Amino acid sequence: MHTLPVIDLRLTAAIALGKATAALSRCLRRGGGTTMPGRVARAVEPRVLGRLARRLAAGSVIVAGTNGKTTTAHLLAHIMRTLGHRPVHNRAGANLAAGLASALIEHADLWGRERGDLGIFEVDEATVPRVVPQLAPRVAVFTNLFRDQLDRYGEIDYIAGLWRSAGASLAADLTCIANADDPLVYEAVRGLPGRLVTFGIEDERHALPALEHTAEARYCYRCGTPYAYAVTYFGHMGRYHCASCGVRRPAPDLTGRDLSLAGPDGAELTLDAGPRGAVRVRTVLPGLYNVYNVLAAAAAALQLGAGLPRVAEALATFAPAFGRAERVRLGEREVQMLLVKNPAGFNEVLRTVLATGPLSVLLIAINDRIADGRDVSWLWDVDVEMLAGRVAHVVTSGLRAEDMAVRLLYAGLPAEAIEVERAYDRALGRALGHLARGRLFVLPTYTAMLAIRGVLERWGAVRGFWET
Amino acid sequence: MTLRLRICHLYPDLLNLYGDRGNIMVLVQRARWRGIDVAVDEARLGDRIDPDAADLYFIGGGEDRQQRIAAGDLVRLKRGPLEAAAEDGAVVLAVCGGYQLVGRFYRPAEGEDLPGLGLLDLWTEHPGPGARRLIGNLVIQPEGGGPPLVGFENHGGRTRLGPAARPLGRVVSGFGNNGDDGWEGAVSGRVYGTYLHGPLLPKNPEFADRLIREALSRRHPGIELAPLPDVLEARARAAVLARVTKAESG
Repeated sequence: MHTLPVIDLRLTAAIALGKATAALSRCLRRGGGTTMPGRVARAVEPRVLGRLARRLAAGSVIVAGTNGKTTTAHLLAHIMRTLGHRPVHNRAGANLAAGLASALIEHADLWGRERGDLGIFEVDEATVPRVVPQLAPRVAVFTNLFRDQLDRYGEIDYIAGLWRSAGASLAADLTCIANADDPLVYEAVRGLPGRLVTFGIEDERHALPALEHTAEARYCYRCGTPYAYAVTYFGHMGRYHCASCGVRRPAPDLTGRDLSLAGPDGAELTLDAGPRGAVRVRTVLPGLYNVYNVLAAAAAALQLGAGLPRVAEALATFAPAFGRAERVRLGEREVQMLLVKNPAGFNEVLRTVLATGPLSVLLIAINDRIADGRDVSWLWDVDVEMLAGRVAHVVTSGLRAEDMAVRLLYAGLPAEAIEVERAYDRALGRALGHLARGRLFVLPTYTAMLAIRGVLERWGAVRGFWET
Repeated sequence: MTLRLRICHLYPDLLNLYGDRGNIMVLVQRARWRGIDVAVDEARLGDRIDPDAADLYFIGGGEDRQQRIAAGDLVRLKRGPLEAAAEDGAVVLAVCGGYQLVGRFYRPAEGEDLPGLGLLDLWTEHPGPGARRLIGNLVIQPEGGGPPLVGFENHGGRTRLGPAARPLGRVVSGFGNNGDDGWEGAVSGRVYGTYLHGPLLPKNPEFADRLIREALSRRHPGIELAPLPDVLEARARAAVLARVTKAESG
């Protein structure tokens, strides 16, 4: 069937200008045009986001939360692709309204007809209330809430409040998928309209001995009493309850059991969907934090009609999003980048890279641009102490290379083990100089990751991120 | 007689918004590197404190909700001992939210005033939920000389000093106490309050040593500290200073 498009000059002009902006941006190699096309198009037609999103036959999914948005969205898109869907998603972590609009413009023709049929959008935590009325998502996934970029958002309670306030504009047939193990998330979304589906981990062998220093949710958000944790996995994720008002971690609808973590090489777990059955899954994504991403994506896929066996097959063939556990070969050696952006995530990454034994070298690149968070004080909330005596050399790079170096010094690393090299290419060179063969772990903040990827691209080791 | 630095960290799990524990880590390491014994006591909600058990008391920052929880407990259980300790020459260092709580009162954006400890003659008012937060790199020139202090600030409240408190320094770059009178922080005797975090002490080792020396001198008058290399610390401070200067001229 072929319907003649009704020409809407304003929408067509917005799309055309957006597409021209994207083409120009690619020519100038200005970062692949992941947000400018949307900005330009929105100037012509402010409703472009909603108008294009409505044309997605299978509707939209949003993924929000501090950690794991990009990986969860990529995982979900990958699963849905194997089911024959054509997902439209904002690939490069451009997760404000303009980034979403850019993705839709890229996948639309000039009449606004979308080539894709399912929107899968990672959405910045604070942008949720602004884009939800336009997108009218079918499924909203809430991964976790950590202290992150406080200079931008102020306070963590504020984000939880924003999510609650988004409730008014959510459709009643919406399904919210939420991390049961995060009391902040659960508290923020449990009152939202629609159906609530939760996911969580049940495997005490992977519990931490005590609540980490970085844990945010120490006091009940309803009554101020300290939460009692029977088990904590990382940060404030775990099995909590409040002795005073009775709030407790709900029994998850989708549970991760019998976890087997293979350090930086990946993980295995059983996805237990209760009455819908259980399946063993394998992923190259490393660490407990990625187990949560797998659970979030699987819960969303089940909600969108995927069966457990198909989810397991798709997970096994998933390759990581750039900079998130991505591995790049350099002759005899290999570089693996593990993004760090807040204390809880950084701790998990450190545990993951140390899982296979002491390291000869590590490269940590810290920037303080807006996308990284301008305030680097969070480095002092990271348990960097676990590196003392377990790594021979640490090269620090980025705009805040010196701050990271001081942090390492006070964590007990000898001054001789710490090398400061602000320039990314020289830092990579120095770190690789300490490694005859094997894998160099690079731990960058977001913009440092883009820059280091740029160096690897110039070296011919990876393609530009707009080509991936 | 062995030297022993006794630190009391107030509300480590409640007021620790901006890597505040880094201040404790720096005090501990700088003492240990010199062979000085260190004890860190943590005082939480409901704990009573002893004015003679520590020579340095530290209070960090928190979000409004945490600050409100801490304020009641501070005034009820900790005010008396802290006054006595400060009177007797102990050091008190209060940062951000803690700084606001050692003043006379804090008037938040919404809700009732929080009572303060009154250890410093100052008060803080938040101009309202819509008001601009004062955020960014902060550099100050301390009153009484010494190298500049560098850090980061992020606060909604505006602090003003009464006659009994002196400012810690003059703002070179950033907002400081309120963004308009050019002053940052407050000092009275050995009680220090400041909006500088980052945290404060890692990039300002001379200031850290001043606090250690003052705390030790309560029981060991005339104590001097052996110098430390401070190479990375100096580089980190120079990097912030270079950025701030570049931003101002550019």
